[in-house]
Amino acid sequence: MKTPNEMTIVEAARALRARALTVRELWDACAAAAHAKNPELRAFLEIFDADDAAITTAQKRIDAGDPSLLCGIPLALKDNILTEGKTASAGSKMLENYHATYDATVVKKLRNAGALFLGRTNMDEFAMGSSTEHSAFGAAKNPHDISRVPGGSSGGSAAAVAANLSIAALGSDTGGSVRQPAAHTGIVGLKPTYGAVSRSGLIAMGSSLDQIGPLTKSVEDAHLLYEAVRGIDPLDSTTIPDGLYPPRDVSQNVRIGVPRHLLHDGIDADILIAFNAALAALASAGHTLVDVELPTSAYALAAYYVIMPAEVSTNLARLDGIRYGHAARGETLLEDYVRSRTEGFGEEARRRVLLGTFVLSSGYIDAYYRKADAARAVLRREYGAAFAKADVIAFPTTPSPAFRFGEKSDPVSMYLEDIFTVTANLTGMPAISVPLQTVLRDGKQLPIGIHFTAPHQAEGVLFALGGAVEKVR
Amino acid sequence: MTTAEDVQKLAALARITVADAELAAFTREFDAILAYVGQLEKLDIPSSPGEEKPPLRNVVRADGEPHASGVYTKKLAEQFPAREGDALSVKQIIQHD
Repeated sequence: MKTPNEMTIVEAARALRARALTVRELWDACAAAAHAKNPELRAFLEIFDADDAAITTAQKRIDAGDPSLLCGIPLALKDNILTEGKTASAGSKMLENYHATYDATVVKKLRNAGALFLGRTNMDEFAMGSSTEHSAFGAAKNPHDISRVPGGSSGGSAAAVAANLSIAALGSDTGGSVRQPAAHTGIVGLKPTYGAVSRSGLIAMGSSLDQIGPLTKSVEDAHLLYEAVRGIDPLDSTTIPDGLYPPRDVSQNVRIGVPRHLLHDGIDADILIAFNAALAALASAGHTLVDVELPTSAYALAAYYVIMPAEVSTNLARLDGIRYGHAARGETLLEDYVRSRTEGFGEEARRRVLLGTFVLSSGYIDAYYRKADAARAVLRREYGAAFAKADVIAFPTTPSPAFRFGEKSDPVSMYLEDIFTVTANLTGMPAISVPLQTVLRDGKQLPIGIHFTAPHQAEGVLFALGGAVEKVR
Repeated sequence: MTTAEDVQKLAALARITVADAELAAFTREFDAILAYVGQLEKLDIPSSPGEEKPPLRNVVRADGEPHASGVYTKKLAEQFPAREGDALSVKQIIQHD
């Protein structure tokens, strides 16, 4: 028998409707688990007090037969998603004193659906990192082995869900920041199509790449949470209407494209074995495996590490210590800017701001930024061509399971964590990570994930195939 | 090859400072990152005149007041590091000396 905090959204919603559980009991179970385990896991930067009015309202709605399955469900939000009146620090000293002045669109939608908010979760500063080691408030830990990272940058959200402190969570994904921590903690993570979910109220990192996505205990939950937050929003002009891209048939037989030529080097042997076994099981279940060629994919990470810092340096330029956030003062206005930014930004934020300033500078913009942007267009075309003969493209989510704290101290080795996930951000296509079996490292069973990318707005194919993985694994 | 002076120049442009103690490591790491992204140079990108552009659509809202005037003033002003009433105080930009 599962305790309430161990349930999925769907299980909890059923128990609430069967009167086997009250909203208050569900909240208390999650809040108690969060308070008990957070000192060790540091998944939350803040655990909110119970909102008695919201709990009462949610219970009344359920008693009155409200169909919203999110009604009364406690959720965790990444610390870069604004909730009015609450701190939103983006894991940075720069915004430690910042209180959100409005609700993010996703928060409004979840509030309207009756969801409850447990707290804000730990993250790499401004979502830059793959381990939460770049959080200004100390790293979150992987519940499967606390000597290892939970992945990042949405590592706090992933740890909170994987450790059953929260029923589900939202994160943000710029290069893999939802999918990689989901894989490292054994849960499901979705990066929706670019424009599917409003970013109004998300603290921006790379604006041509960022999407908000769910981290959940099941594919069904990811689908449900995605449906609850998606949709066109007048407050985010990059959101897209339904049917902007041609519809894809979600048939019983999904054609799974496998880019074998990219799977020879740099992947742990047991991860590749598990990946191939999952594909074989899906083939036995009636799906089809096809070979696809994505020659420019080998350059995707390099292109990403030009485009992303360029956008980061632009977005973080607004943080200058004048209107809000960390404000240090010197002799002149220029000193006010420089001191505020130098004290407020951590090492990785400063590194990427410098890198972005470099690739956008007049002498180098052609060699770096414009070249990367052209590579991005080629990549998009290659994926488009591959999707003529496949419905999804499969990769392992990460080349290795969760690593130890401090293991990837040089920036490039940390960046390589995202090698299979960044392409979906560059092309704007939706992608999901679904847990496979575990692999053994130093006596601990560590989760790994399988990753599927689908054409724009074809999330339905990802949910169908993700559900199939859950059955065969 | 990036030099410490290059890093300091970029830092000045980006309105941050890199402390002397960090400068050597920052410069070395910067070089390693540029070496990695430099592999893009080897990528031969075919020119494609017939390249499809994403469909254009109007994303601009209609003219008009998006919200009543002043509804956010108090909340925003509360975040100001220094203020006079609802006005944000900053240092004098032009010096008279």
